[in-house]
This record gives sequence, structure tokens and C-alpha cells, in this order.
Amino acid sequence: MLYRETGQFKTSYANDMVIFPIRQDRIGVYLLLGFAFIVLPLMMAFHVAPFRTDYFLLAILLPFLILSLAAIGVNILVGYCGQISLGSGAFMAIGAYMAYKFGTGISEIGLPPMPIVIAILLGGLSAAFFGVLFGLPSLRIKGLYLAVATLAAQFFFDWVFLRVKWFTNYAPSGSVSAPELKFFGYLIATPVEKYMVALSFLTLFALVAKNLVRGNIGRQWMAIRDMDIAAELMGIRPLVAKLSAFAVSSFIIGIAGALWAFLRLGTWEPLAFDINRSLELLFMVIIGGLGSILGSFLGAAFILMLPIFLTVLPAELGVPITTETVSHLQNVIFGAMICFILIKEPLGFARLWQIGKEKLRMWPFPY
Amino acid sequence: MSMKALKLALAAVGGMVIASPMALAQAPNEQFIPLLSYRTGAYAVNGIPWANGVSDYFNLINERDGGINGVRIAFEECETGYATDKGVECYERLKGKGATGAAFFNPLSTGITFALTEKTLADKIPIITMGYGRADSKNGAVFAWNFPFLGTYWSGADIAMQHVAKEMGGEDKLKGKKIAIVYHDSPYGKEPIPTLQVLAKKFGFTLMELPVTHPGVEQKSTWLQIRQNRPDYVLLWGWGVMNGTSVKEAAAVAYPRDKVIGVWWSGAEPDVAPAGDQAIGYKALTLGESGAGEYAVHAALKQHVYAKGKGIAKDDFAQVLYNRGMINAMLGIEGIRKAMTRYGNKPLTGEQIRWGLENLDLTAERIKELGFAGMLTPVKITCNDHEGARSARVQQWDGKQWKMISDMYTARQENTEPLVKEVSAKYAEEKKITARDCSKPD
Repeated sequence: MLYRETGQFKTSYANDMVIFPIRQDRIGVYLLLGFAFIVLPLMMAFHVAPFRTDYFLLAILLPFLILSLAAIGVNILVGYCGQISLGSGAFMAIGAYMAYKFGTGISEIGLPPMPIVIAILLGGLSAAFFGVLFGLPSLRIKGLYLAVATLAAQFFFDWVFLRVKWFTNYAPSGSVSAPELKFFGYLIATPVEKYMVALSFLTLFALVAKNLVRGNIGRQWMAIRDMDIAAELMGIRPLVAKLSAFAVSSFIIGIAGALWAFLRLGTWEPLAFDINRSLELLFMVIIGGLGSILGSFLGAAFILMLPIFLTVLPAELGVPITTETVSHLQNVIFGAMICFILIKEPLGFARLWQIGKEKLRMWPFPY
Repeated sequence: MSMKALKLALAAVGGMVIASPMALAQAPNEQFIPLLSYRTGAYAVNGIPWANGVSDYFNLINERDGGINGVRIAFEECETGYATDKGVECYERLKGKGATGAAFFNPLSTGITFALTEKTLADKIPIITMGYGRADSKNGAVFAWNFPFLGTYWSGADIAMQHVAKEMGGEDKLKGKKIAIVYHDSPYGKEPIPTLQVLAKKFGFTLMELPVTHPGVEQKSTWLQIRQNRPDYVLLWGWGVMNGTSVKEAAAVAYPRDKVIGVWWSGAEPDVAPAGDQAIGYKALTLGESGAGEYAVHAALKQHVYAKGKGIAKDDFAQVLYNRGMINAMLGIEGIRKAMTRYGNKPLTGEQIRWGLENLDLTAERIKELGFAGMLTPVKITCNDHEGARSARVQQWDGKQWKMISDMYTARQENTEPLVKEVSAKYAEEKKITARDCSKPD
């Protein structure tokens, strides 16, 4: 009933190629965007619940947006191109540190501090460059072996950002803090402004990613994922396809890393991008749904919010448990839920959404 | 999802919706103090006694005195796991709680301190980092909201080197010697290095920097390097499981333990106990006058908190880190008390408490009155000096307990002050902060 597309005729090629072919989806997305870009900031401005404090905005929405962006990046590589990567944390770190270097200027080559948007994009480009470099082994090795090779990137960059003082502008503690966040001459300081910046980046790159994966290059990635030999025989060049997946994925992850450092943390050290971050991102795309842009959002939401929810719940319900027990319980329940979900729906939340949509199509008279 | 599970979930969500407004409508006469702690993970061995000390002291104030001048303390713990992003989440969750918001933050992590430094500036909440945090935040003119009470790592490094010089028989003996620092490879461990480099230049010793990667259970190669190079002394800047591992590894390469000197975060019972007899002879700094042991305040705790079954410490009662947690809570509360002399006996905002902390003047008499005599030296905070006191002694582990083996050392400011000026000025420039004029009353 709700999702019945009867009567929606496609009368031109353009109609046939839109991102959301069903009118209900289109309206839904416009509503969501309108809500995120207009209604939410208004609610924040007037401190309407749940925005009475900055908590919901700064500790939940902002990290959700940035991690969703990173998850989209990981999904392109792992979900669409089938190359398992455990180095996502490292590419986030490259994005963050290089954006920091470009944002504060590189005096050795006489480069003045760059405007922040350009610095973030250059951070993403640097991540893309190293992504391609560490993607080279993927031409020879596959699957778990590749995962181990990308793990090398993780440890290598952890080491680099800890040891090479140039990246931290010789800060005595090795901890760096973001340069002044001036976007097109406008200083970003309040939580709402940070939210808007993250949202704009996310919307832009989600759109780019969605268009890439349903275009020529995306189909090449998926062909490689499904069977690389068959893809090669059909005339797809694995070198181009695999390395372009590494480049695009690392670029987006790098941008997310820069945003995570600049908007979320403000001051950071390499530990913020350690192996746990890589695994977390991988879990996000697996739980959310491999090979689905929507899945990246759902996975990010689940992995980020569930632990927080489980921690806050006992206190909100007034159950007297010590923080220690809560934190152990949280790990237990979180782990159990991941197992449960993967057993019940191995294809992730994106598949659940799809099933839901199909059910809605026939509702209320299923046959 | 079955219908029953769905109903249960709905009931849980419904419960939250009903419960949340109740949680928000707190009693007005309460001062909210957040407690960022870690009771899980690689640093829990040290995090637990510290958090127990803080929590027990808050309970003491509530049970014995009925709060701070009648204003009860409401506190909530938040588990950070020593991770910066979780710490930031805890900060966002707790900063607005209570009638007047969080009184101050105290994350017990240098990494979280670095991340919160700017946020507290914007939110106007003081951040107390007793014995840790940014060393340059001693300069209150730039870091108005940071309070590295009782000693920064730069002071710690200077004190450790004073003791080394004394054991060698004079500062001139340091020339040509080799000193190694084994440090936790994080902002925490890297902090003392600039001061050690200054001292190395001044006294002519060579400094070997040996980083240990988080969490610090893998140190074989580090200690092999020590066996090869045989430094005259090893300074240890570790935390959590790293400390115990370092002591064991020192024994494994037969490096004399009495030539290893830990900072005050590497000198508690959980750091040496796992190594057993191998730890005998190992030395560490204390923060302030004493480490472990029971003092007047412990008697009060037993009477007012433990007798009522409200204490949460077990074996860690009166241990080094438990006592430190308590001192830490006491300094914060005395800051609030000071602020009340100006703003009245009611819950105060972070901004008002900042004034109290900056004008905190704990005399020896007041310390005695509080039951802390023998635990810390007098503390006087000023706008220019947010450290307040910079003294420490050296203690040695005898297999059962820590024994004091030295008098008080006081960090020589001539060695650290130029760095404080330089680094804080750089920070001010980067962050576009105008340093306050400390000669003007505020």
C-alpha cells in the first residue's frame, strides 16, 4: 500500500536512471534531508528536546555523521569491490594528520596555511595516494591475505604518526590540535555549525559515492568482487578497478578522518585512529550491509549508539549498578547482539530494510 | 522479533521516557561533580583505586558534613576506558548535569585532558589534572581553566633527576652519564622529554628515549636495548599494565631495580605486586609528601562512610592511588569551598568554581584540619601558577610496602619555567588566546 509504485511510469531515460526510482523513496529522502538541514538546526537553535543540552548533538549526531562517512568509504572497498581492509583507521589518521599539516602550513617547502576546506580535501587526497600504494598488493593477493597486508598499513602509520615529529609540528607531547576552523571566512565554533559542516560533507560524498557505485566504475568493482577472473575475461582491468576502489575509498575515509579530528576531537593523538577504529569501521559495514550505501548509515548508527544506549539505560531507569558492571554488561550484550543479528540476518540491516519495504508494498493484503 | 520481545522493548523505551524528566529534575541544593574513571581495560588496575578514593571522599563529605557548607555533592561516574573518544563522550554527557552544570572535570588521562582543554574553555568548566595533564598549563595566564595541581611532568622529571644526581654524589657527576627514559608512547609519556632534554644539555648526560607502545605488555626489545647500552639510570613513565611489565622485564635482563626510578604514576602497589620479589629495590616518586598509609582522614572515613557500609574500596583502601584520588577530590572540594566564600553557599557554576580554584590557598593548618596532615604540602594557587606545589619524595619497594628513602625535593623552576613560557605562548598563538594579565585582580 505505502510502497506501491503502480502508476509511476518512466517516460524518459532520465526518469529511468534517477537514484531513487520509486516516488515514495524520493519524497522520503527529500523529507529526511529537509529535516536534517532545516528542522534539526532549528530545534538545536531553540534547544527543543532532545537538544536541551549539547549532548545529543555533540556525542551522538556529530560522530554518527562522521563515522557514517567513513563507513561509506569502507563499504566501497569492502562491500562493493570485495577487498577486505583492516587499514581504515590508518587512512583516517593520514587524512587527519595531513589535513592538519596543510591547515597549519608546511614551512619546509614554503607552503602557507591552507584554507580549512582545501586542507581537508588535500588530507583526503593524501589518504587516497597511500590507499593506492597499500592497495598494490591486492593485485596479487586476495581475501584474508590482503586483510593482513592492509593491517600492515595500520601498524605502519600508527608508528609513523607516533615517531615522526614532523607530522605533529614538533609538539612536545606528540598531541596536535586542530587549526582555527574557518570555512569560507566563517568561523566554526558552535556545535550546530560543526553539525552543519559534517552534514554537508556527508551529503556531498554520499551522493558522489551512490553515483559512483551505480555507474560504470561501480559495476566494475562489483564484477571484480563477484568473480575477478570472469570480470577480467569480460574486459575489466583489475588494476584499474581495484586501485580506483582503494583510491576512492581511502579518499572518503581520509576526509572522515580529518573531520573526526577537527570537529569531534579537536585535539588528538594516533591512538584515536588505532586498530580498534579499523575493526569498528569494518563491523559497521558488515552489520549495516555489505555493498549498500544505506547500510553504512545503519551500521554506523548501530555500532556507535548501542553501546552508549546500553551504558546510559541503567542510570536512566534508576537501576543501581556500578559503572564497572555496566561497562562489562555493555560489552556482553553488545557482543551477543552482534552474533544474534548476524545469525538472523547475515546480510545486515540494509537487507532488513529491503525486506521491510517489500512487506510494505503488499501491506495490508499480503499474499 | 516476537511480539513479547517487542513489548518488552517498548516498555523499556517507555520507562526511559518517563524516567528522564525525573532524572533532570534534581534537588536544587546539590553540586554536581562528574567522575570520569576507568574500571575496565588495560589501565583498570590503576584506575580503580583512584576512582574509589575520589568516590569515598565525596561520600565522606556528604555523610559527615552534609555536603560542602550544606550543599550536597551529587556525583556520577562515567567509564572512559582511558580512551580519548569515550572520554569526550562522557564529558558531553555529564557537563550539563545538575542544577549548575558540572563543577569541574578530572579525567585521569593526559590524552583526554588534551582533548578536553579546548572544550572546557568554550563551556567554562575547570579541568583539574593533579599530577598529570599538559605541563605548560601551569601557566594560568594562558590556561585559565586547567589546574595541574601538585606537580606537572616537567616538575616530576626535574625531581627524578635531582634524586639521580644525589645518589651519584653530586650534579657534576652526571656529566657523561647515560640516562634512559622508558615511556608510554602517548602524550602522557612524551610530556617529560623536553625537560629531560634541557637537563641533559645542562648537566652533560646523554638521554636515551625508549618508547613503549600502548598498552605496554610488549617490552622485550626495549629492555634488550637497555641491556646492550647499560644506561646508568632508567626513568620509568608508565601506566597500567605497562608498569608491572617494565619491572619484570628489568629483572629479566638483570638490570638493577634500584637504578629504575618511576614517576608518581608508576609507583603504586598494583605496579610492583605482580612482579613479586623481582620488584624489590624499585624506586618511584611520590606526589606530594606521602604515598600509601592511613592518616587522620582515613579514621573519619571508617567512622562515617565504612561503618555505614557506603565505602567501595577493598584491598586498595589507603593504598597509594586511593590516597591520591582522595587528595584530588579534596582539592576540588576546597576549591568549591573557596568559591562559596565569594558567591554564597549554593550550587555554583564552573565559572565561579574556577575562581575558587585559582584562589585556593591550603595552609598547613587547613590541611591538618581536613585530616590530610602528612599527605601533602601546602598548596597555593595563583593566576601565574596553577601548579601550586611541586614537591616529591622518593620511595622504594621492599617487597611488602613502599618505604620513604629521601627528603622532599622541590622542582627547580629555573629548569622548567622557560619551557612553560615558550610552549604555552606557542599554544596561545595557535589558538588565538590572549594571555590574561595576572597582576590585575579578577
